[in-house]
Amino acid sequence: MRKSMKRLLVSGALALASLSAGAAAIAAGGEIKLPSKQWHFQGPFGTYDRSAAQRGYQVYQEVCAACHSMSLMYYRNLMALGLTEGQVKSLIKDIQVPDLNDDGQPIERPAKLSDRFKSPFPNALAAAAANNGKAPPDLSVIAKARAGGPDYLYGLLIGYVPYDKLTPQQIKEFDVSKDDNFNKYFPGHKIGMAPPLADDKVTYADGTKATLDQEASDVTQFLAWAAEPHMEARKRTGVRVILFLLALAGLMYAVKRSVWADKH
Amino acid sequence: MASSHGTPPVFNNKVIAWIDHRLPIFSYLEKEYHTFPTPRNFNYFWNFGAIATVMLVLMIATGVVLATNYQPNVLMAFDSVERIDRDVPQGWLIRDLHMNGASFFFIAVYIHIFRGMYYGSYKAPRELLWILGVVIFLLLMATAFMGYVLPWGQMSFWGATVITNLFSAIPVVGQSVVDWLWGGFAVENPTLNRFFAFHYLLPFIIVAVVALHVVALHVHGSNNPLGIDPKGPQDTVPFHPYYTMKDGFGVMIFLIIYAGFVFFAPDYLGHPDNYIPANPLVTPDHIVPEWYFLPFYAILRAIPDKLGGVLAMFGAIGVLFVLPWLDTSRVRSCTFRPIYKWFMYLLVIDVVILGICGANPPEGWYVPLAQLATLYYFFHFLILLPILGKIERPLPLPPSIADAVLKQKAG
Ligand code: HEC
Ligand code: HEM
Repeated sequence: MRKSMKRLLVSGALALASLSAGAAAIAAGGEIKLPSKQWHFQGPFGTYDRSAAQRGYQVYQEVCAACHSMSLMYYRNLMALGLTEGQVKSLIKDIQVPDLNDDGQPIERPAKLSDRFKSPFPNALAAAAANNGKAPPDLSVIAKARAGGPDYLYGLLIGYVPYDKLTPQQIKEFDVSKDDNFNKYFPGHKIGMAPPLADDKVTYADGTKATLDQEASDVTQFLAWAAEPHMEARKRTGVRVILFLLALAGLMYAVKRSVWADKH
Repeated sequence: MASSHGTPPVFNNKVIAWIDHRLPIFSYLEKEYHTFPTPRNFNYFWNFGAIATVMLVLMIATGVVLATNYQPNVLMAFDSVERIDRDVPQGWLIRDLHMNGASFFFIAVYIHIFRGMYYGSYKAPRELLWILGVVIFLLLMATAFMGYVLPWGQMSFWGATVITNLFSAIPVVGQSVVDWLWGGFAVENPTLNRFFAFHYLLPFIIVAVVALHVVALHVHGSNNPLGIDPKGPQDTVPFHPYYTMKDGFGVMIFLIIYAGFVFFAPDYLGHPDNYIPANPLVTPDHIVPEWYFLPFYAILRAIPDKLGGVLAMFGAIGVLFVLPWLDTSRVRSCTFRPIYKWFMYLLVIDVVILGICGANPPEGWYVPLAQLATLYYFFHFLILLPILGKIERPLPLPPSIADAVLKQKAG
């Protein structure tokens, strides 16, 4: 039995090695090294930093929402960030959303908790037309939809290099002109989005100093939360499930040993 | 069910006795899962049949629940999956179980197949049992492929486009077959509809084939790590409680690893691009299938000719069907095949290399590497196996299972 256990371990290790080799090989495809930040939500027990995510919503609403939709989000979802119903209502009181009145005529009315986040453009064509042909993507699950996830988003937001700081070699290699936006982390580097953030782009309600870095980190945490609002429940459930399975495995092992005692 | 195990069981419970007299399901269970004589020397590799069965049941259970909330329409599919993730109570759990369940089903089946190959479980009299296994494997691949299309992300769409397009390589009827698969002239709504219908249907066909697989298994009983037949009661133990308990323990360990992914890295095995809604106008930089298809994907791309690639890919599974006749050695278990054993490990490494090639764009040295690995894969089955059985000198087989077990305990 000892020998077969060893063999099983070896093949298990082989399988794992192949998996991670595969993953490493895939990861190696994107040569650009992302900034790696210690996020509050990382690790098996990590949770969302509620105040950072609230500030992040402010950044989204005041800056990004001019171009990007988040069509999978409802305003009521914001209550999961530790805001009361009243607080969310006052956050959205100035937002006007399109609707139909009782006569079927298009109107604008104040947003309700049950509304989806308002989209800046009526459709993707309009979005592209307003942005030099590149439609700004929906940000609801963007944190899951890019390799590197939050690290990539954060990097993207702080990774702009002004034209006069580029080396001649970079300008030549990537064919950059004065009107292009060069981003260190965007694949291909030339991105259709002008640098959206800068120091003091917003004035935080909680008095936090609004540096570029702070804004980028806050909005990234907001987007990470939006992509997976149930992450904390997932991890909590996971801890319980695994403890339960461990106990059951221990029990099964004890029973198995006693059953086999007379055979081996 | 050749071996008879004495008189039929007597049931004390009147209801059970009444039913069993008319429909002998309890006698069947008693005979096939309780007293069933099973070799006493299984190692933990023998757990993976039970583990695969558990995964099959789990996939069907979670799949049916998902289907109650899923919309097979190109305009709604992506959002409906997100709705399950976000708004349906515990929907995220069901989805993460199903999504990672497919990967873990494949892990179990791959180990199960390796076990069969290493210990020669495909040899007489278990050829049909093995062939049914390969049929299950094929059905499983078809099911997983169509399932991956359902969330209608970028990889769903482009994966479906690439794979269905392969059939156009078939001479003469190719394009008609592709149009028929699509239900139109591109991967569109009808494609999604039919993939959903078949994704729901195939697992139940798998259940039926697994039933046949188990029937075939119970005719001659299981093989074992020594690859020699049990000669009497001293070589076997009743299936219950000996193997029910051992399988139960193995299943728990497997589920713990599985739960680790489900709860702490649910997207690790997936591709980020599948969280971008399908867009026929934007092709992803690299179209890659799920990890469990990568070795076959590498074989497909290793051949510069489209039809050749398709034939090689299907041939890679085809050779498994005839494996019992390619292997000319009379000894089952690699334990007693000093040379072949190393070639088995080499085959595993070869398949891993193919997987890595499949994960990377077909550029630079990945191209010759994939071609070399493909060549080796077929060399192993078509040339090495038939010859090796003739020239290899196997180690002496132990007189009986009990003898070997007792000797191991003593030494
Ligand atoms: C003036 C309009 C505008 C504003 C404001 C704006 N973006 Fe963008 N964004 C765009 C456009 C256009 C693109 C598409 C760029 C491309 O594909 O080249 C884009 C792309 C993106 C991407 C995807 C990059 C990728 O990898 O494809 C992210 C993430 C993003 N924006 C985040 C943000 C965030 C966060 C904010 C707020 C801080 C923001 N954007 C503000 C216009 C805008
Ligand atoms: C859905 C997938 C599958 C399920 C649920 C399944 C189930 C089982 C079960 C319960 C057993 C008996 C327990 C054991 O010996 O491990 C078994 C045995 C076996 N299976 Fe499978 N199986 C599956 C796929 C396959 C595949 C893909 C193959 C091969 C290509 C295969 C080949 C075999 C063989 C050869 C045996 C006899 C093993 C022996 O006694 O050595 N199975 N299977």
